[in-house]
Formats: sequence, structure tokens, C-alpha cells
Amino acid sequence: MQLEVDITGKHFENAAGERHDVLAGIKFSLHAGEVGVFVGPSGCGKSTMLKILAGLDHNYQGKVSRPAVARLGMVFQEPRLLPWRSVEDNIRLAAPHIDEKRLSELFAVLELTEHRSHFPGELSLGLARRVALARAFAIDPDFLILDEPLASLDDALAAHLREQIATLVESRSMMTLLVTHNLDDAVYLGDRLFLLSARPARILQEVPIPTPRTRRSASEINHIKADLVRRRLAKI
Amino acid sequence: MVRLLSFLLFLVTWWIAALLIGDVKLPAPPAVLKVMLTEAASGALFVNLGATLARVVLSFTLAMALGAAIGYLMGRVKLADKIGDPWLILLLNLPALVVIVLAYIWAGLTEVAAIAAIAVNKLPTAVVTLREGTRALDRSLDEMATVFAIPRGKAFRHVILPQLGPYIAAAARSGLSLVWKIVLVAEYLGRPNGVGFEIGVAFQLFDIPLLLAYSLTFAAVVLVIETVLVQPFELRAARWRPRAA
Repeated sequence: MQLEVDITGKHFENAAGERHDVLAGIKFSLHAGEVGVFVGPSGCGKSTMLKILAGLDHNYQGKVSRPAVARLGMVFQEPRLLPWRSVEDNIRLAAPHIDEKRLSELFAVLELTEHRSHFPGELSLGLARRVALARAFAIDPDFLILDEPLASLDDALAAHLREQIATLVESRSMMTLLVTHNLDDAVYLGDRLFLLSARPARILQEVPIPTPRTRRSASEINHIKADLVRRRLAKI
Repeated sequence: MVRLLSFLLFLVTWWIAALLIGDVKLPAPPAVLKVMLTEAASGALFVNLGATLARVVLSFTLAMALGAAIGYLMGRVKLADKIGDPWLILLLNLPALVVIVLAYIWAGLTEVAAIAAIAVNKLPTAVVTLREGTRALDRSLDEMATVFAIPRGKAFRHVILPQLGPYIAAAARSGLSLVWKIVLVAEYLGRPNGVGFEIGVAFQLFDIPLLLAYSLTFAAVVLVIETVLVQPFELRAARWRPRAA
């Protein structure tokens, strides 16, 4: 299973009729079992790109071929839970075939067990994010999209959730796409990093990380991060 | 308890007013109660109330179902909105009397004409409220449902309908009060039974106790239906929302 993306352009017109180019050149492929990470300045068009890849926006130039059978799971920037359904019902709505054992496992990994019957309005942002993660993993996706899943969480919580995401990603062979502007997340979770330019976004550079996720030491992570910062500065 | 006190205050005010104005124009509570009891004993009270309630139920259901469907369509489809909007403005501002009289002229003094006329009066408010509700739907939840491939019917029930719930409740509430008011006019003008018809008779005979007996029984029925049916429904539709302190 493989994702082939070649978006040559995407623009929209605002109310005044002015043309805005959002994406300029996004070409890459992603294999099952791989985590591709997009790193770019905020507002560079990452969310627009994800919308196209998720099949929510068909109005662009270029080609995206995604296996038709691939089940898509997505964690949006905001949790996007149904406020009128409990945590459990929110997940069951997206994943009607999930069995009790798998659901309990997911809740255990994400530490949501005691929040099963709570409503989203009763959860903190960190908890709601975890429910959104649980929902995306509950459908056993072949293609997983994570749109800044750790944004606006405090450092300790983000680090904790990052480990949980790593555990879940290891548990299943799927194409994973992560968008972030946090280098820690990128280096900790990614197999290949794509550095994006400012708007209109194009891929400036592709940086593979050969060491498997589980064997990356803290010093290696710091080394890669320093290297990334250098590359970025060089581009500016 | 407070409600009971409020009711007692109403009775006392009425009684004092009756003493001041005189029995001819405003009979005291016992006189009205006596008429209520004789009307109830003969069965006429229940027959007329039943006829009125049946008309309310039918026209209300018709207008709500049709109005919700049209409102949803107009909220979703731009073309439907453009086509429907002038009609909506016309219907919203057309006096109830015009609709009722025209219905009786075109369809005769029939039950169908009465119920259709009442429904047409309520329809536009339901359309407007549901259109507003549909416009306020959260697109990001639609996207979520699309991404997770939730089937259309299921998405409508679990994602769309709960968002429309408060709007449906609001349309039902304002619509029901409109129907209560208009049903009597329609009966007065062209039906041989119902509370509106009896009030028409009482008006012609200047029988004020009879007039008050029917009006007050009707008001009591409205009050009971509002507290027993409408208010619990409104609470249910909004139960996931944070409560006002």
C-alpha cells in the first residue's frame, strides 16, 4: 500500500476576488509502516494540504493517488468530538465494529478508561485530544493523518502523549502523516521529514532518519534537531 | 407552590374586578364555574375541546414536518434558498385572516381548508427557524463524518439532528403558540364545532359566562400541554448544553 502525491498547485480566491496561492509543489510518496512528518511555518498551507489528502477538497492541480481500500483515520487540529455523545459513543460512531477488548486496550493506552462515559464538554483539551486519537486508531486505519495533535498542550503532557502516539504507531503497519511545527515531535516520531517553505508551500528538503524510532537515543535526537535548525537557517 | 399562589392572585384580582365592574360585563368566578360544569355535564365542553385539539395536532404536525424539511433544504442548497425566499417573506407577512378566508373560499367550509389554513400560517416561522439552524451547522463536524466514512443516514441522525434540536424546539414552541391563537379564528369563521365556534355563539348571544367558560378551559388546556409536553421536550433537546446558573 502506497500513497503517491503530486500536487502542483492550489489556490483560492477571497471575497474581493484576489487570488491566493496556497500550495506550489508537493511531491512525495509514503509507504505502509512509514511516518512522514511535515514541518513548516504556521500558515504555510499545511492544513490545506491535509484536506486535499483526506479527500475533503478536490479542487487543486495535480494528482493524489491513495489506495481505494485504505481506511482513513484523522486527528484534526481541534478534537472535533460530538458534544452530545459520550467519549465511548463518539468512538463507536466512527468505529461501529470495534470489539470491547480492543476498545478497552485503546482506553488503557491513552489513559481514558475512567472517562469513558464523560461528555466532551467535561474534558480538558489534553483529554479531548486523546479521545480524538483513540477515535482515529479505533478504526484500525491504513492511512493515518495527524494534524498538529500536540499543539497548545504543556510540555510534559505533550511529551507523554507523544510516547503514546509512538506506541500506537508501532502497533500497526500504516501510512502515517504528521504535521507539526515542533521539531521534538518531528524527530521523535518521524521516519522521513519534509521541510516546507512559507506560503505558497513547497517541499524544500526531504530528511530521512535511518535509525528506527525505538532505538533513537536522546543525544541522537538532539543531534538531528541541531542539524535541522542549521538546514532551516541555511534556507533563509 | 409559587404557581398556586400566582393562580390564587389571578382569582382574587378577577373577583375584585367583577365586583367593581358588575356581573353583566364580567361575571364572578362561581358563575363561570357553574357554566363550565353544565357544559362539562352535557359533554359539549369535551366535544368542542376535542375538536379544537385534533385540529391543533394535525395542523401543527403538518406545518412542522413540512417546514423543517423546507427549512433544511433552504439552509443547505443555495438555489432552493433563492427560489424560496420571496415566498417565505410573503407568507411570513400575510395576515392569518387572509389565508383563512381564502382557504374557505377556495376549498369550501371544510375541515381540510381549516387545517391547511392553520398549517400555512405556522409554516413560514418553522422554515425560517430551521433554515437558520441549518446555516449554523458546524462544518468541521461534517468533515469529521466524511473522513471517518460515517454513512449518510447515521451522520444525519447523530451529527446533524442534535445540532438542529434546539432550533426544532424553538420552532415548535413559537409555532404552537401561533397555532393556539389561529385555530380559534379558523373555527369562528367556518367550523360548526370547537372552542372558537362556541366563543362565536357566546359573542352573538352576549353570553359572557359561556364565553369565559370556554376561554378559560382552553387556556387551562394550553397551560397543561405546555408544562407537560413542550417544556420537557425543550429540556431534552438541550440537555447536553451547559445549564444556565
